Amino acid sequence: MIDTPKVDWFALSPTLALLGASGVALMIAVLLPPWMRRGASAATAFLGFAVAAVLAGLVFAETRTPASLIAESMTRDRLAALAQVILAVTGGVVVLVSWAERRRAGHGEYYALLTAAGAGMVFFVGAENLMTLFLGLEWFSLCLYVLVAFDTDRAGSLEASLKYLIVGGFGSAVLLFGSALVYGATGEIGFSQIAGAAAGDDAFLLAGLAMILAGLAFKVSAAPFHMWTPDVYEGAPTSVTAFMSAATKTAAMVVAFRVLVTAFPEESEIWTIAVAVLACVSLAWGNLAALAQRDLKRLLAYSSISHAGFLLIAVAAGSERGLEALLFYLVPYSAMSVGSFAVVAARERELGRAVTLESLAGLGWERPLYGVAMWVFMLGFAGFPLTGGLFGKLFVFSAAYDAGDWWLVLVGVAATMISLAYYLNVVRWLYMRSGAELRLAPAGGSPPYDPALAVAVAASLVVTVGSFFAAQPILDLAADAASSLPF
Amino acid sequence: MLTTFLILLPLVGALVVASLPLPRTATAGLAFLVALMEVGLWIVAALQFDFDDGGLQLGTTREWVESLGISYSVGFYGFSLWLAGVTVVVSAAAIGYALWAGRDRPRAYHALLLFLSGAVVATFAAQDLLLFYVSFEAMLIPLYVLVGVWGGARRLAATLTLVVYTMVGSLLMLASVVAFGVSQGTFSLLESGTSDNPWIFLGFAVAFAIKAPLFPFHGWLPLAYREAPVEVSALLSAIVSKAAIYGFLRIALPKFPEPVDDLTVLILVLSAAGLVYGSLLAFRAPDLRGIVAYSSMAQMGLIMLGVFALNDLGLDGAVLQSVAHALVSASMFLLVGMVERRCGTGELDGLGGMARGRPLLATVLITAGVIALAVPGSATFAGEFLIMAGVYDEGWGYAAIVALGIVLAAMYTLRLISAVLHVRPGPAVRDEALDLRPGELALVLPLVACLLVLSAWPALVSQSSFPDDRPAQVIAEGFR
Repeated sequence: MIDTPKVDWFALSPTLALLGASGVALMIAVLLPPWMRRGASAATAFLGFAVAAVLAGLVFAETRTPASLIAESMTRDRLAALAQVILAVTGGVVVLVSWAERRRAGHGEYYALLTAAGAGMVFFVGAENLMTLFLGLEWFSLCLYVLVAFDTDRAGSLEASLKYLIVGGFGSAVLLFGSALVYGATGEIGFSQIAGAAAGDDAFLLAGLAMILAGLAFKVSAAPFHMWTPDVYEGAPTSVTAFMSAATKTAAMVVAFRVLVTAFPEESEIWTIAVAVLACVSLAWGNLAALAQRDLKRLLAYSSISHAGFLLIAVAAGSERGLEALLFYLVPYSAMSVGSFAVVAARERELGRAVTLESLAGLGWERPLYGVAMWVFMLGFAGFPLTGGLFGKLFVFSAAYDAGDWWLVLVGVAATMISLAYYLNVVRWLYMRSGAELRLAPAGGSPPYDPALAVAVAASLVVTVGSFFAAQPILDLAADAASSLPF
Repeated sequence: MLTTFLILLPLVGALVVASLPLPRTATAGLAFLVALMEVGLWIVAALQFDFDDGGLQLGTTREWVESLGISYSVGFYGFSLWLAGVTVVVSAAAIGYALWAGRDRPRAYHALLLFLSGAVVATFAAQDLLLFYVSFEAMLIPLYVLVGVWGGARRLAATLTLVVYTMVGSLLMLASVVAFGVSQGTFSLLESGTSDNPWIFLGFAVAFAIKAPLFPFHGWLPLAYREAPVEVSALLSAIVSKAAIYGFLRIALPKFPEPVDDLTVLILVLSAAGLVYGSLLAFRAPDLRGIVAYSSMAQMGLIMLGVFALNDLGLDGAVLQSVAHALVSASMFLLVGMVERRCGTGELDGLGGMARGRPLLATVLITAGVIALAVPGSATFAGEFLIMAGVYDEGWGYAAIVALGIVLAAMYTLRLISAVLHVRPGPAVRDEALDLRPGELALVLPLVACLLVLSAWPALVSQSSFPDDRPAQVIAEGFR
């Protein structure tokens, strides 16, 4: 009789809920008549994300001290649970954004892939050794490769997917090679065991650390590992872009923090500098390149690169305060990302073509909700008050200042100054130019009625503004989650 | 609680105005009503305020982000209550002017005006560094759109320079706020101590210098003041600029005594340069708004001289002059707007001879102008005299420059008055152009009346601004 590891099903329940939803959606794609597929599969996916969010919340509430699962390959702690809540809520909102996507067929498959990707991410943030890390990464990446190419009739969709596949595959390979080097150097794959077995300045170990960092940097789209981001964000269906920009970044950032702190505490002097450099490069590159963009999805892609920079400042702090700041930042950031891409999706469906800055003209006056929401999201990205973006930046900066990296604060401030130019430019197009002036006309007469999208935008708006006024409760949750790592 | 109501009333009013689908005039009227209620609320606050006590009053403190020591902490000192008072009065006049002028998209426009006035009141009430930053920054959100959507032909360029300048300052301030707050362990202005870090001080000083604006940070001023709707220009020069003065008085001076000592001479010299330079530009400006805009810059230089004289006379004078200048520049801008509406231009070449047959316009403009040029007996004269006496301690040269500034003020103000009212009728002045209408009169007269009251009794403000009327000592002790 072989010993079977004890499995804590409750801790795995968010992943299982999403996997279940994915399976049901796949069945719907086959078994139900075509006219029911869209509604049924979307409802299933939404339900899956909702149940996963609730379960992750329960796990958060029930977990006082971190515990290992399944032969120490996974961990059950509040950090993972909080990240899972963020991911699942993001996924649920993305389902609402996807609802009215014009698509002839494949609804069931789409939602099956979306929930499967969500399951992969929810699994990924609980990874406790290098094998589950790689498994989780590939799990959600494979789903995303397909999702990016989902609208095969759209120009650029396949191209984007191919780029993502090649670059992402390369990134995964680098991560895997790095893992192998670390395993070679220490003989361990568990994060805490690596920390225990690490022996000083081992070149293998350091090379492995660098490669793991690079592999994760591909996923968070930190410069200089960001080359795929603008093309993929532009070519993917907008709802998928929304999911990627918020959820992929959340998952990869949390995991990066966990790996660095739990597996490589001895090398922290080295990786804090490396991460700080990545942060500076991302901030500089993302912001400067965003200045030159006309296509809104590309602009938001570069903006997400620059936000990877801000998040990496928190990682570079490497402290409990840094992790709190990171987790807090992810909440308004996810809401603003999903919300702004949702507005882009709305405009895209209305005009029937890619959304450039010019085609935003007059949107603010024609659609008050979308206009105000986009305005708030842009201000939030730029760290204005009355949005959680301000506190995100404030906490990240104070974590960096606390850790002695005052120069990172200055870099962040300078980057924010540059970013204003393009964020406010979006607002300018929304309100200060009229559509009539530029002869924009909706493709199919009046705009499509899309209550699900409006709900998604309104929800993102509430979170963005709410995280300003209710900063302390969110910070408390982040502090609870942050205390589960050994600092 | 009263302070919180003062902040919330315009903000809630803004939401209501923005969301109620009322017809054009009803929307504007509702906004005007909210602004008048705000004035009433301020009067209630002023009646409750004990000016003899002079410590922080009407205060409220609630925890906001405990982990970092950030709180929602508001309250008033004498000087900040006066600044808030002038804010609500000028806002009411500006919103009334918008009602009179009838702007496009009235729901958004009036909501943004109300939002702006709420943010300014919050700035003057803030006793927490982060809350101050939030309100200071929040002012920019409505300003950006107000100038960018309802401004003149070059509005896009105007918003761009306005936002770039002010945001550069604000973000430097954010870095300073973080550094100061984290090193002190609290963001509360009431609890934090002092810092001797000159870089943190500079972050604040540059932000305030841009907002004021002080020479040489005034690059955004001419375009913004010219292109904004005239009531927005009035708000910008009258009250938004005073947020910078409040920042110096409440944050920069008390929290950074050593850097202030080191940099006093530099700031005094820049302020004096701004006073002279702004006055000369105002004298050379080809249009009405240019004159008022640059004179505003000159006056901010003057007020800064008073602030950085760092003695009782100078500080009292600075507060009095801030209040008086707010009223003067608001009435001047509104009058400029009324002239522009009649003539379709603010270019001096097109104007002239409007006094004939328009006695009300002539009387009000001359009254406001005479107060603006600090004729002896006016509130501005009292303020400038106090500043001059105060800055004399720092060196007689500064006092001489203040005197020169008064002379130059007389020159550019008289130039404005004569260009509008006297000489021969300009090509843009049609015979049918009416005198001031009762509605317009009702907007400007209260401002002028406030000025006349202050002229008769300047001590009302100057002796009730700081605890025990010992401003220098109060600031040196950090308002404890």
